[in-house]
Amino acid sequence: MSNIIELKKVNKWFDKFQVLKDIDLEVKTQEKIVICGPSGSGKSTLIRCINRLENHQEGKIIVDNTEISEDTKNIEIIRAEVGMVFQQFNLFPHLSILDNCTLAPIWVKKLSKKKAEELAMENLRRVQIEDQALKFPGQLSGGQQQRAAIARALCMEPKIMLFDEPTSALDPEMIKEVLDVMVDLAKGGMTMIVVTHEMGFAKEVADNMIFMDEGRIVEKAKTKDFFDNPKSDRTKLFLSQIL
Amino acid sequence: MNLIILKPNKENLHSYLALGICLLSIGFLDIFSSIFLNLNITFFLPSVISYLSPLILSALGLHFIRIEYSGNKTLDKINKNLNSSNFNAIMSLIVIFVLIKYVPPLLNWTFFDANFLGNTKEDCTGEGACWVFVKVWFNRFMYGMYPNVEQWRINISFLILLCSIFSIFILPQKYKKYIILFLLFIFPVIALNLISGGILGLKWIETGAWGGLSLTFIVSAFALIFCFPIGVFLALGRRSDLPAIKYSSIGFIELWRGVPLITVLFMSAVMFPMFLPDGTYMDKLMRVIIAITLFEAAYMAEVVRGGLQALPRGQYDAAKSLGMGYWRMHFFIILPQALKLVIPGIANTFLALVKDTPLIFVVGLLELAGMIGLAKTNPKWLGMAAEGYVFAAFVFWVICFTMSRYSQNLEKKLSTER
Repeated sequence: MSNIIELKKVNKWFDKFQVLKDIDLEVKTQEKIVICGPSGSGKSTLIRCINRLENHQEGKIIVDNTEISEDTKNIEIIRAEVGMVFQQFNLFPHLSILDNCTLAPIWVKKLSKKKAEELAMENLRRVQIEDQALKFPGQLSGGQQQRAAIARALCMEPKIMLFDEPTSALDPEMIKEVLDVMVDLAKGGMTMIVVTHEMGFAKEVADNMIFMDEGRIVEKAKTKDFFDNPKSDRTKLFLSQIL
Repeated sequence: MNLIILKPNKENLHSYLALGICLLSIGFLDIFSSIFLNLNITFFLPSVISYLSPLILSALGLHFIRIEYSGNKTLDKINKNLNSSNFNAIMSLIVIFVLIKYVPPLLNWTFFDANFLGNTKEDCTGEGACWVFVKVWFNRFMYGMYPNVEQWRINISFLILLCSIFSIFILPQKYKKYIILFLLFIFPVIALNLISGGILGLKWIETGAWGGLSLTFIVSAFALIFCFPIGVFLALGRRSDLPAIKYSSIGFIELWRGVPLITVLFMSAVMFPMFLPDGTYMDKLMRVIIAITLFEAAYMAEVVRGGLQALPRGQYDAAKSLGMGYWRMHFFIILPQALKLVIPGIANTFLALVKDTPLIFVVGLLELAGMIGLAKTNPKWLGMAAEGYVFAAFVFWVICFTMSRYSQNLEKKLSTER
């Protein structure tokens, strides 16, 4: 299968501090990758570079055969194909859950209102909150909000989904309901890059694991090898601490 | 042992209550008699104590009736709201005494001793307010020098305005946006043409003759409608990544914010025509409206920018990640939330704008306050400044209070967070 995302020698600095160092990464269609690592290791920055919420200074990022750089004219077109789920949900608080889900399909993908609402209800049913469609984000629990955020991203019918620590801001009992939705999504064949510390989830769905530390990819391996037989000492230390 | 008597308790509720009310009554009798009858019933005491006697007596009275959970609802309410401690009791008393002393004379001047009947200054007795002045000049206060026979044109314009505003509240959601579009784009043209005339056989009435409250409304309405979008664009411009737009926005805002309105108006009237090419002419009122609009837009820009900065970065991230471009992101996601946050600030700017309109007197335009200033110098009506300005204050207060209430309702209606 072809690579849908390719990163070659990507470097990024925040002022003088280098957050990403020579990142090489290839993601195939339908591949699921879980990125883990200590905080400040550049995991979030890495996936935020993929839809250019952050810009990189050196190297190449190619998403769906389009190179992303300062010259990319229609970065919005790439972003519409890459769904993203955030740690803090980032639902639009002034819009109902349904409007959250239909806004971008109507105004970016130019769907008719009726079509967009059908699509939204379908995705809300998929994440099992169709009965909350007319409520506002502030009236939902954290787990429901995060599922709504996943539904909102899915309504753009993206080719790739990026998850930036989707369960880190949730109460323990709500983590499972969000992970269930993500497992379901993975089984449906979505290409996914997930930054998370949920190792149970990683073992269940990931094809490949990536361990990052201090802006570098320290280890990239098949999931089974990664957990059973990690090569670098840094990975061993990290795994011993969180497992 | 003796001090126990000073600590009111529930067992002796009735005796403390009787004692307290007795002291309180003497205190109030003292203050009433000294204010209304000019009689000091504590004259036998040293002068300082005599002066403070109502306060001391009443405070003692309040101390005796301060019994918690007495079971008497009225008493508990009084204790909770006016009499929760000695300090609060004294504060309550001072406020009550000040009201007793100053409210009746004010009411007397405004209503009971005031003159409402008659047509000349001589009909006023001079003890209270002479509302005859306002009555006689009312037409001028409303319409300025606008010819009497043509005033129906102003009335019709405002009637249309009121009807459309009223219909916004009663019509279903579907039609509301048409009414709003009508109000923003079609109504101003109709109203301007109707009031200034010169077409369809209507007599041309130059803007110099416009005045009074109707001019206040005209200037405020146009300035309000235009300063808002300009302010929003300036706020966005100031946060732009493009240096040309960013620095011209900053320059514009800082220039207009740094200059007093009165100078701006003066420049618009006196200096601006010099820069116009020969033969072109711009109406004085138009220049003034543009000047006020740009001036208030600079303030509006900073208010809106405050709202933009208060939004978390996640909202921008989420909108971008859904493929929205700059304008869509701002129109659907950022501005609705930012503007909602700064409704109090926007209302503040709007109120300031309405209250700034009297300054247009410097260019010879006389709205409500200006007309009053003119009327009070009329030889037949000298000495009527107080009545005139009280009337102006009242009218401005009604306008501003209405706007303030509306902004509070809007805030409540738009809040979606619990």
